[in-house]
Amino acid sequence: MDAFTVLDGLVAPLDRANVDTDAIIPKQFLKSIKRTGFGPNLFDEWRYMDQGEPGRDNSGRPLNPDFVLNQSRYEGASILLARENFGCGSSREHAPWALFDYGFRCIIAPSFADIFFNNCFKNAILPVVLNENIVDDLFIRVFKQPGFMLKVDLSAQTVEFADGEKARFEVEAFRKHCLLNGLDDIGLTLEKAEVIKLYEKRRQIEAPWLFDPVA
Amino acid sequence: MGKQTLYDKLWEQHVVHSEDDGTSLIYIDRHLVHEVTSPQAFEGLHIAGRKPWRTGSMLAVPDHNVPTTTDGAGIDDPVSRLQVDTLDQNCNHFGITEFNMADPRQGIVHVIGPEQGATLPGMTIVCGDSHTSTHGAFGALAFGIGTSEVEHVMATQCLIQRKSKNMRIWIEGELRHGVSAKDIVLAVIGEIGTAGGTGYAIEFAGPVIRELSMESRMTICNMTIEAGARAGLIAVDQTTIDYLEGRPFAPTGDTWKNAVEAWRSLTSDDDAHFDHEIKIEASTILPQVTWGTSPEMVTDIEGYVPDPNDYEDPTISIGIARALEYMGLEAGTAIRDIKPELVFIGSCTNSRIEDLREAADVVRGRRVAPSIKQALVVPGSGLVKRQAEAEGLHQIFIDAGFEWRNPGCSMCLAMNADRLKPGERCASTSNRNFEGRQGQGGRTHLVSPSIAAASAIAGHFTSAEDL
Repeated sequence: MDAFTVLDGLVAPLDRANVDTDAIIPKQFLKSIKRTGFGPNLFDEWRYMDQGEPGRDNSGRPLNPDFVLNQSRYEGASILLARENFGCGSSREHAPWALFDYGFRCIIAPSFADIFFNNCFKNAILPVVLNENIVDDLFIRVFKQPGFMLKVDLSAQTVEFADGEKARFEVEAFRKHCLLNGLDDIGLTLEKAEVIKLYEKRRQIEAPWLFDPVA
Repeated sequence: MGKQTLYDKLWEQHVVHSEDDGTSLIYIDRHLVHEVTSPQAFEGLHIAGRKPWRTGSMLAVPDHNVPTTTDGAGIDDPVSRLQVDTLDQNCNHFGITEFNMADPRQGIVHVIGPEQGATLPGMTIVCGDSHTSTHGAFGALAFGIGTSEVEHVMATQCLIQRKSKNMRIWIEGELRHGVSAKDIVLAVIGEIGTAGGTGYAIEFAGPVIRELSMESRMTICNMTIEAGARAGLIAVDQTTIDYLEGRPFAPTGDTWKNAVEAWRSLTSDDDAHFDHEIKIEASTILPQVTWGTSPEMVTDIEGYVPDPNDYEDPTISIGIARALEYMGLEAGTAIRDIKPELVFIGSCTNSRIEDLREAADVVRGRRVAPSIKQALVVPGSGLVKRQAEAEGLHQIFIDAGFEWRNPGCSMCLAMNADRLKPGERCASTSNRNFEGRQGQGGRTHLVSPSIAAASAIAGHFTSAEDL
């Protein structure tokens, strides 16, 4: 996994609440057996005027001019500013894969759905929770000021505005450590293989039915 | 030891290791696998030269992509077919038990787990699917995970997690006639919102829950994720134990007796602390119908489509206006005046035998309204289908003008060929009414099986009593 340390990025605003993972990446693209290549179909139903299909070349498709990511001022954005309960719905990790593939490295919102939030950390995307007033203020600034950038510093746990103003955010220590260092957590867990085996041994005595193989 | 909730007990029993900051390694007893969220996880194992830690904990089944048409032609779409073939290959390679498309036990992963007794009380159960919350109906800690975590569980039998908070939703009083589990859970979501359960494990409790069958309990836990909570829970009682006895993967003999004894402690202690408690009087719940593009956008069958101008908060007001535009609805329209063109009875929420019985009871001897373009019944598994056919339910549906299909996720998320066309309106027993969920531009109204059936007959939303 890529590490996430400091990000100086252009901000794109997605001004709607409860953005679900079906909207982030529609179901037909979930048929892929790969982790990459979802970027062109991020927000497919909002972004294009026609219906997208996997394997289809997206370059000639008619764009929806009203959709925020199709506006040239947000081209190259790496920070997505969003509303509450972002990423609700299905557990599809294709959602963070698509956001990453498109170029987003950080999502700022007043709240996130649990599974999506968790999936972001596995994919080098930092989800930042800021309180609603700050998010409201950020939306106003982004709309007002073309080229609006933010500096997100994971180590310091701050989001910094161009004028030096800072907002602090919380992040769990373990997740921060993994993201800062781009760590594969399977490798970390396997370092505890002996502890896992000891647990299994004890549980096999306490509750042997849990270990009957499905066969 | 202090008083514990059911969730506290399940959590404590599965902690392998805890860090000072509360980050814990949790042991996973059962891993359910389907074709959509597993290929990249298997690929990760291959690349790293790893093997599944305990293949005996795994049960795999293709469900999202499988066709439900009964011509036996297989999967038309080569991309879908590759995904299902990839699951078959991975399961063969690693020696994982799979009910493949030809297996009579094949079906929706959340239907077959309980049906086979692969879902047991006291287990931690995961699957790369958010509706894994279904299995919490058995007093199991069950939740959906992403593909990276699927790989993590495959490789280590564990997950890295932090403990959630405890919420209890207590339902008391008497349910009205014609009100089912689906109505209860939609009413709960209407009350607490789609983010109301975020960060919590929700236990459903109280006299009304105790009276529900296992299948109804599964319907409620299934949609807990629609309230934002990854896990829903219901305490073990005799109903749980009776359901499981004799199922293929349930323990037998003395092991069964010991298991049952252990399972009886899987309840919240009296006076256990919940971080949040909600009480709902069952008699206030009427049959529910969603009108918008989020499950919290719901009212009852006597209700009306809301007016965005009645809300001061701009995010809410704009959200409602956007939903009404997408749904093609006018503010103030009576729910009963909305006319679905398609009806879908199925999904991991409502495709079990009791759901089909509930719908068949309404449909018996009647005909689907001429304005309905298509009415589908998609049983949750091959065994549900067989049972329904043994009871003659299929004939009731077919005689009424429904199509009787093969099992799968089908039109709940439209990954196979069953989908809405732009603008089409569907009365659906599934779980999500998001934009495009049932097909791009499709309009979904979530309802119970009996409301779906009654609305198919009437051609507009109505309850069975009013037919």
